[in-house]
Amino acid sequence: MSGLVFDAVEKQFGAFTAISETTLTIPQGKFVCLLGPSGCGKTTLLRMIAGLESPTRGRILLDGRDITRLPVHKRDFGMVFQSLALFPHLSVGENVAYPLRIRGTGKADCFKAVQRLLDLVQLPDMANRPVSKLSGGQRQRVAIARALALSPQLFLLDEPLSALDAKLRESMQIELKQLQRKLGITTIVVTHDQREAMTMADLVVVMSEGKVHQVAPPVEIYRRPRDAFVAGFIGMTNLLKGRVAAPGRLAVAGGILAVPGLPATGEASISVRPENVQVGKMTQANGDGDLEGRVSYIRDLGASIEIYLEVAGEQIVAVCSPYNRPDITDGDSVRVHFPPDDCVVVGA
Amino acid sequence: MRIKPRNASDYALIAFPAGMLALFFVVPFGIMITVSFFQRVQGAFYEPAFVLENYARFLSMFFAGILGFSLGLAALVAVICVILAFPFTYMLTRQSRRVQVVWLVFLLSVLSLSEVLIGFGWSTLLSRTAGITNLFVALGLMETPMSLTPGFGAVLTGMVYQAFPYTVLVLYPALSRLDPTLVEAARTLGSSPARSFFNVIVPALRNSIVSTLIMVFVFALGCYLLPQLLGRPSQWTLSVLITDQAIYQSNMPFAAAMAVFLVLVSLSFVALALLVGKREHTG
Repeated sequence: MSGLVFDAVEKQFGAFTAISETTLTIPQGKFVCLLGPSGCGKTTLLRMIAGLESPTRGRILLDGRDITRLPVHKRDFGMVFQSLALFPHLSVGENVAYPLRIRGTGKADCFKAVQRLLDLVQLPDMANRPVSKLSGGQRQRVAIARALALSPQLFLLDEPLSALDAKLRESMQIELKQLQRKLGITTIVVTHDQREAMTMADLVVVMSEGKVHQVAPPVEIYRRPRDAFVAGFIGMTNLLKGRVAAPGRLAVAGGILAVPGLPATGEASISVRPENVQVGKMTQANGDGDLEGRVSYIRDLGASIEIYLEVAGEQIVAVCSPYNRPDITDGDSVRVHFPPDDCVVVGA
Repeated sequence: MRIKPRNASDYALIAFPAGMLALFFVVPFGIMITVSFFQRVQGAFYEPAFVLENYARFLSMFFAGILGFSLGLAALVAVICVILAFPFTYMLTRQSRRVQVVWLVFLLSVLSLSEVLIGFGWSTLLSRTAGITNLFVALGLMETPMSLTPGFGAVLTGMVYQAFPYTVLVLYPALSRLDPTLVEAARTLGSSPARSFFNVIVPALRNSIVSTLIMVFVFALGCYLLPQLLGRPSQWTLSVLITDQAIYQSNMPFAAAMAVFLVLVSLSFVALALLVGKREHTG
């Protein structure tokens, strides 16, 4: 089997369970983001791939080979640390050449490799600089070049961009994605920034409290969240709780909504993204998926408009563009429409 | 950020420590320098004068040999201590807080032992009648118990034992501040644990190692009881001779001259080592 497989992996630190039993497959050549709030176990998962932590139970397989007990230095994966961990006593070139030198590569070959790698991360002619003389973004690139020196099978990055300012971070995200595409290397990035994950990932692994909640492409994570945690963590959302009244009909506070994919009976929660909520005047006839609400506040951000509504005591947020802004003001009674196809069931 | 003192009241803060330092260090040192030029009075003490004969007297092969031996011994102690203490301290900083505290308290208590206790302790341990060789005999490693003291080995052992806790305490801050991901990075890049110790941790802390060597060297240079208790007269250091001249021969001016000379020599060694360290750092 191709790719990286977690087979019933569990990790405990003393009495604390960092990773509950997890089975997960990371396909070859993909850009994968491990996404979750701090303390969710994403870094522990990455460190187990690198071999810096060993699982309490379960196996880790790479292309069908069991690497659970393989020592770190025999795995040959490239890793970029949050602190970057550049060697302070070595120059840029010596840092990049370190893994090659360890393996006894000759001086001339090291030199060539360093040139190629520094060109790859767009830092040519920097080989002789001391690491201490570099800017944050440059240090970042050196760490990436060093991790790629071995042409590793896996490229692991632990919150690599967290030390950079917002603007630089955005451009590095795109650059990192392009680099990965060029090299076709399986890349796993730990991040707590959902925009970062949406920008870079082919596949997002959403985690919290040591559990994997959903593994899917970013757009699917956004449009089809599997549970309330994923819906709430990725972007803004409206969560509505209700009881199944009839097949495909959910009774929520204030009315009945048409929702596909409901269970036969019992309680259910749905998530509706703000940009899917439609707001109109009360004059039109009420249909399925229409609730009555009142505008409590309109926040005009220029590029988009957020409408805060009160529907049966709950706050609902709708977002629309300036071109289809409804003709309403604060305090108006409005019709709030939830299109059935955009109502996603996220559990009981 | 560095805040510069702006007015007299800012300097008042350091006035007290500066005064204490002047009173208990600069003044006695000045007296010592003065005395080193005084004239010794045979059968009495000394009288004020300005003579160079105290300095001239030890410009001989005998004292050159003693000085060379003293410096060599102190350097050897410093090197052995750092070689032993560096890996030890590295391991210590990777332990839990509680284990670290227990070890540090233990090392501090060893450090608080006087040189006399250490000297007599080791002379018993290395003796024929009650020493460790009896243990070796019991284990079948040796035929008969033997005496390991007095001798060069005994002096070296005693001095390393005395300076080891000091070395650990000097190395501890630098090693505990070391970023643990440096080693992890080296390991992911294909370096075995032993290899990453030698080609990442040691070079990354090169400056701390050099300054620790200097401090232990100076610490060992001041040791004057252990060579007497554990060594033969041929292993007596300059510090022993200074004590001998000052206390038993009542020749203060000569002792003072030797002390001044020892201070100058060790200061110049420190300066040299700092210079070398600096050049390495910028180069």
